[in-house]
Amino acid sequence: MFSEIEKAFYIAKKDLKEYYMKPGTISWGLIFPFVFSLAFMIRRGGMSVWLAPGMISLALFFGSTSMSAMAIVFERRIDSFERLLLFPISYVCIALGKSLSSFVLGIIALIPVLILAEIFTSTPPLNPLLLVVCVLLATFTSSTFGVLLSFLIKDPSQTMTIFNIVRFPMMFLSNVIISVNTFPQILKIISLLMPLTYITEAIRYSYSGIYDIIPPYMSLSVTAILGILFLYLSSLVIKRNIP
Amino acid sequence: MLNLYFRGDDVLENDNACVIVVEGLTKKYGDLVAVKEINFCVRQGEIFGFLGPNGAGKTSTVRMLCGLTKITSGKAKIYGYDVVRNHKNVKRIIGVVPESSNLYWDLTCLDNLLFCGEMFGVPREERLSRAIKLLKSFGLWDKRNVKFKNLSKGLKRRLTIAAALIHNPKILFMDEPTAGLDVFSKRMLWNKILKLKENGVTIFLTTHNVREAFEICDRIAIINKGRIVALGRPWELKRAFSPKGIVEAIFHPRNPKVEEISRLRGVIGVVEEKGLLKIITYDAVSVLEEIAKLAKSRRLDIYLLNVRGLDAEELFVKIVGGS
Repeated sequence: MFSEIEKAFYIAKKDLKEYYMKPGTISWGLIFPFVFSLAFMIRRGGMSVWLAPGMISLALFFGSTSMSAMAIVFERRIDSFERLLLFPISYVCIALGKSLSSFVLGIIALIPVLILAEIFTSTPPLNPLLLVVCVLLATFTSSTFGVLLSFLIKDPSQTMTIFNIVRFPMMFLSNVIISVNTFPQILKIISLLMPLTYITEAIRYSYSGIYDIIPPYMSLSVTAILGILFLYLSSLVIKRNIP
Repeated sequence: MLNLYFRGDDVLENDNACVIVVEGLTKKYGDLVAVKEINFCVRQGEIFGFLGPNGAGKTSTVRMLCGLTKITSGKAKIYGYDVVRNHKNVKRIIGVVPESSNLYWDLTCLDNLLFCGEMFGVPREERLSRAIKLLKSFGLWDKRNVKFKNLSKGLKRRLTIAAALIHNPKILFMDEPTAGLDVFSKRMLWNKILKLKENGVTIFLTTHNVREAFEICDRIAIINKGRIVALGRPWELKRAFSPKGIVEAIFHPRNPKVEEISRLRGVIGVVEEKGLLKIITYDAVSVLEEIAKLAKSRRLDIYLLNVRGLDAEELFVKIVGGS
């Protein structure tokens, strides 16, 4: 068990060395969420306590998923992903290693947005400790979600297109920039099917003590369960992808 | 179909010398049967050549043994471990050189080896020394800080082989290891392979280079259309498949027509390559007599006359063609 976790860290370290500075990672993972947050802030003349958690969840979500999109899909395209299958490790270890590198990039992407939020919101986070827990949990779930999605993509050349087809609707439907309370019933239901909704709700509660439709105990536990579920599903998909 | 197996080459589960045992191994991709119920064993410390034309099932077999492809039916054991149920134990003791050099593009040579060492659980204090030793022994020390993507094709291949050796595997699978290598790199690699054999490493080698395989391998299996059509020591295969051999001849001032030669007693076939007549025969003595008669009647001199067995490539073509 310890050995598997150690090897997952080695995979993550290797991924970060290789893909941290790739254009796709930088543009979609780091620049986009920061610029998006900045644009909203300028447009509204500051960042409300309702919007700041949305921007934080958006940053960690784009940061972590961009890393997995880059690392996994690129390696599958050039066959070096097969190397991981030759090491004496489990499929869960591979999925965990890939998730950890995405996790680190998610956290890195989050920092500038967090600083913006800290500077430009009128009130500081309500519960900083809970915010840290929520952010770590949310980044982990975003990472495993990105890893799962990356392994599901058949054609690597379509990666960013498919990722954005999934991410952009989530951005609008997951309570990030528009409150789900304003949505018609059908969109509310769709929103509840999206992992980003639970992530945003959990962060929003820890940041400002408010939530829109999902109570904090539920958003936190669903976020945690989804993280583990996506990790497990990723390992199954890795196994299934073996010809 | 030629189905030639020599003594001791059947599957012997209880043969302690067998480190790879394959029984009824089959791989299907949809309706296509890539490998069909093959059986063989590989003994400890031998170089086992696995030859076949393109699409014969060589790579599918290697991939099944290494856990890169699912097995449709049959079973395979490596050092007693089932390759499916105990895949982690199997992977600890094997090294694999895949057909494509697929290390990590943006890592340096040294980092690639260190990463492989980490993943194979090489003790922390040994990783660097082993990586350095491999880099030096494969002539890559000067390139240790160069990224894998910036290496030439031959150097990429060398590093891929070095990476497969970082954990001192007991068995080394090499799928077309010399593909894309220049003559010097090829020679260096064959020397390395022989050195590994001296150190007790078992080598499972697939290659298109039939001549070299016949020189270097202890035993050879030839696979065609998913089936093993011949298996034995190189000299056994040669003896079994070319009992009479080839008569080579050059006449002066000119060779008789190929059609004329082909009508001679004992001749199976004739080809003329750059003025050299290659007469395939089941009865070399008769052919020699017939050639002497023909030369006398036509008042031709015999510039060259030579009898030999089939060379490795001709033998390979004969076995594969015959199957």
